[in-house]
Amino acid sequence: MRTLSLALRNLLRNRRRSLTTLLAMVIGAVTILVFGGYSRNITLSLQTSYVMRGGHLQIQRKDYFLFGSGNPAAYGIADYQRVIDVVAHDPVLAPMLSVVTPTISLGGIAGNFAAGVSRTIIGAGLVVADRNRMRRWNEYDLPINLPPSALTGTAEDAVVIGNGVARVLELCQPLAVANCPQHTKAEVAAGASAPADVTALAALEARPAASPGEARIELLAANVHGAPNVASLRAVKAERQGFKEFDDMFIGMHLAQAQRLLYGSEKPQATAVVLQLAHTGQIPAAKARLAELLATTLKGEPLEVQDFEALNPFYGQAVGMFAAIFGFMAVLIGAIVLFTVGNTMSMAVIERTAEIGTLRAMGLRRSGIRRLFMSEALLLGLIGAAAGVAATLCVAWLVNHAGLTWLPPGQVDPVPLTVRVWGETSMMLGTAAGLALVAVVSAWWPARRAARMLIVDALRHV
Amino acid sequence: MNVVTLNQIGKTYHLDAVDVPALVDIDLEIRPNCFTVISGPSGSGKTTLLNLIGCIDQPSRGEVIVAGEAVQKLSDDALSDFRASHIGFIFQNFNLLPVLTVEENVEYPLLLARVPAAERRRRVEDLLEAVGIADKARNFPGQLSGGERQRVAIARALAPSPKLVLADEPTANLDSHTGAAIISLMREMQREHQVSFVFSSHDPKVLAEADDAVMIRDGRIEKIERRETQAEAAP
Repeated sequence: MRTLSLALRNLLRNRRRSLTTLLAMVIGAVTILVFGGYSRNITLSLQTSYVMRGGHLQIQRKDYFLFGSGNPAAYGIADYQRVIDVVAHDPVLAPMLSVVTPTISLGGIAGNFAAGVSRTIIGAGLVVADRNRMRRWNEYDLPINLPPSALTGTAEDAVVIGNGVARVLELCQPLAVANCPQHTKAEVAAGASAPADVTALAALEARPAASPGEARIELLAANVHGAPNVASLRAVKAERQGFKEFDDMFIGMHLAQAQRLLYGSEKPQATAVVLQLAHTGQIPAAKARLAELLATTLKGEPLEVQDFEALNPFYGQAVGMFAAIFGFMAVLIGAIVLFTVGNTMSMAVIERTAEIGTLRAMGLRRSGIRRLFMSEALLLGLIGAAAGVAATLCVAWLVNHAGLTWLPPGQVDPVPLTVRVWGETSMMLGTAAGLALVAVVSAWWPARRAARMLIVDALRHV
Repeated sequence: MNVVTLNQIGKTYHLDAVDVPALVDIDLEIRPNCFTVISGPSGSGKTTLLNLIGCIDQPSRGEVIVAGEAVQKLSDDALSDFRASHIGFIFQNFNLLPVLTVEENVEYPLLLARVPAAERRRRVEDLLEAVGIADKARNFPGQLSGGERQRVAIARALAPSPKLVLADEPTANLDSHTGAAIISLMREMQREHQVSFVFSSHDPKVLAEADDAVMIRDGRIEKIERRETQAEAAP
């Protein structure tokens, strides 16, 4: 007949009140954990999406991240192939690596001169096979399946453009873009659809004849010497990008094509070497090893490493926002549990005043009385937390199997709405322990009051 | 040695701005292995006196010595331990723990006195047998009659082998037949366990059983009858 046994019997004594208190705790636990699982799912989805597209780490020329986006040609990695070789064959890094691939970011102006329209763009030069492998990364087994790039198996002049680019360049029809509003043309200045010098530059390219229904664009970019260079490209597909600003500007192309635009006949460079790791948790170790390599084997070129969080500030902001909401909810529910359990324990103390007097008269110390009520609260907390975790697993199962979908910010396609609680041991245990702790804390004051009662007053209580 | 010695005890309650004396200049000695009854009209101070003897209340003045210990000098924890090992209580309303079975109620003070498990089991069985309620050992107090509950309370009070058992109006909530049986049982237990019993009671049957009778009125001892020795002493 230890204290916990007595505490448990006391809880069962007033079953309805104990159940009501437990219910409040269960609802609190479910609310916290389901939201936690939901936000965890979002942050992991975002992470997966970013890692699929941009890897975990990027080796860039020093200061490219700060100053190079407007002038990528000046911030290229001259011997990027050596960087790739060193990284891929490094005995420390190699076991962590999933993909190592070069990339080029560039800016320019894309035009559909036949339609007399153009716009500024952000281009990305990619090794398609590597990117297709990157798209298969799914550490958290999320229901995300990115299809292979539309550039797969295409000629070097093929590009994929954002829906917004297709819309502005009036390529929706040949690219069969759905829901693409037609531009009502204002009066445009008469004359050639493109400046003469640009047209001349474009003519230098071995431009295949545009077949009917083919979507061709001319892409003008500044080469490494600052001179304009033009490529005539074939848009093979328009894909919606997550953010409108990006959707209106994106052009994806083969790496070789992008290199030719920026570097012409000179030795091609890359603006970054992308590293996709097997696990996100390997980032610190990989960064540390890369820092060693950049300071030794690769010290010939001024390089630096950026991780995906630095490259995608939205990720950190989203994680921070969800963490803040989660914290706010946890505090709010903690306060509700605190007052619910506190109220239950206060009522128990009042109802059992004579019993407290009896126990004290028989020789139970004040600390024993305190321990008794704290044990009751602890049991309430533990049972409530355990029931809350169990109920959360049930609710999560129901949600995950209900076939609900939603469109996360920055994503293109709706994804299944899921609640990720199974396997999130630290979140589950943390919440359960937190609730149990709140329950114990809430009993502290009533328990103290019970322990400090005068025995004769307690015995007189009716 | 007397089991209880009270020297010049006074107890005053402070009600708002008024001081109400409950006990005044009490000098009393409780003899060992005696059946002592404190009697007097309502409000005379019987319960207050019993509380002081039971070390669950503190006097305003004077000295309380129980089992040779000046209890006022003890800390709260030491006093709790002292009560656990030296004093048993029987209450008017039985005050059994409703969530514990009969045997668990009797065992509880033994746990407080840190008696080993085997010894606890033995004593519980013996006591339940002695008070005639062994067949209800697994019952809860709510399943017992008033008389049965008071038998459990007697067994519980005697469990830690105390030097002193205090009973505040133990028959007040019982019918006369059951009350008489309980008094008889307590007398038997007192003799068998060689323990001092101190009662507060108006009940003439209880008074008739007493070795010593202490008459109290308006917080003062009016008369002490030492019947076993036929001695009658003024306070």
